[in-house]
Amino acid sequence: MNNNELPLWEVFIQPKTGAQFQHCGSVHAADKEMALQNARDLYTRRQEGTCIWVVKAEHIISSNPDDSESFFDPADDKVYRYPTFFKVSKKAKGL
Amino acid sequence: MSTTQETTFQGKIDKGLKIEPRDWMPDKYRTHLIRQISQHAHSEVIGMQPEGNWITRAPSLRAKMVLIAKVQDEAGHGLYLYSACETLGITRDELISQLHTGKAKYSNIFNYPTLTWADIGAIGWLVDGAAIVNQQSLRGTSYGPYSRAMIRICKEESFHQRQGYEIMSKMANGTPEQQEMAQDALDRWWWPSLMMFGPHDLDSAHTSNAMNWKIKRETNDELRQLFVDRSVKQADLIGLKIPDPDLKWNQETRHYEFGEIDWDEFWKVINGDGFCNKERLNNHTTAHTKGQWVREAALAYAEKRNNGVNHE
Ligand SMILES: [Fe+2]
Ligand SMILES: [Fe+2]
Repeated sequence: MNNNELPLWEVFIQPKTGAQFQHCGSVHAADKEMALQNARDLYTRRQEGTCIWVVKAEHIISSNPDDSESFFDPADDKVYRYPTFFKVSKKAKGL
Repeated sequence: MSTTQETTFQGKIDKGLKIEPRDWMPDKYRTHLIRQISQHAHSEVIGMQPEGNWITRAPSLRAKMVLIAKVQDEAGHGLYLYSACETLGITRDELISQLHTGKAKYSNIFNYPTLTWADIGAIGWLVDGAAIVNQQSLRGTSYGPYSRAMIRICKEESFHQRQGYEIMSKMANGTPEQQEMAQDALDRWWWPSLMMFGPHDLDSAHTSNAMNWKIKRETNDELRQLFVDRSVKQADLIGLKIPDPDLKWNQETRHYEFGEIDWDEFWKVINGDGFCNKERLNNHTTAHTKGQWVREAALAYAEKRNNGVNHE
């Protein structure tokens, strides 16, 4: 049975000014205005946010967890990307 | 191949890691979650009806504002949970139709009627109280989206229980008629609240898988005991009496012992023979059917605008 389920939108909220947006769930809505309003009613009833993003769920591309080893491995052996890799004199300040 | 996947899956769970929507999972884990989360979502939504019944008759403007906010929260809880459930690959349409055909259940407790204002107190105090015990435990569930929904819900629930307890304590300290109403509400809601935790562990079809997979973190009986221990003290404090002649403190276990639940009543109500089963479901089906044209119109409008000037 099809009851014309409205499209699915993912919701991201910025908890306070300057903070990063965080995914918090989804809503169904016919268009972007309705998506924003539904997201506001659902996810910010207690002032949880200062700004909301909504994006149609079908537009989100995810990496595949099954491939996460090969996908993220290249970062594995590059310890020189961390400051602790480098030995410098304790006397050198401000580094 | 499938055994390796299963080992990896169980390994993650044993380590306390969360399973996310795109991770491999056994079919039975997925179906168990869909059943449990959707039942939970339907309960939140159907649960608005017994309380909604009193919004227009709330005894003060303050009480009315609070009750509206509380019922609105329950709608929100339902939607958080549908959202989590849909990440398992089932659509909202399917979920709703499973509710309407009776394939999916909702909590038995919402098939009982709300006869007086004290029932609103009893629901907030006991029904939300029992739900909180269950939901606090489920914050640690192994499925990521479910766990996150529970964390969110728990933050909102404590206001629900406090508003209910406030109503009960006001009435329990009020006129003789109010006191009588408060006690009567406790008498009627106590046992159904204990039933909310489900059958005894030994009789529950779903316990063992759910525990191994860490979908559930504590058993029905453990959670029920926790609820009894908390509630007895709260009832004492406002001078109400738990309607159970077998209730007594056990100094050794440091828990309350309580009488046997009427499981015949439990199964009778689950199988459709409660006071309000038909009414609750009819209301939902009617609202959903009557809203059909709104969804159609909204979609048609969106499509029309997309086909015109595209300013997406
Ligand atoms: Fe709730
Ligand atoms: Fe609640």
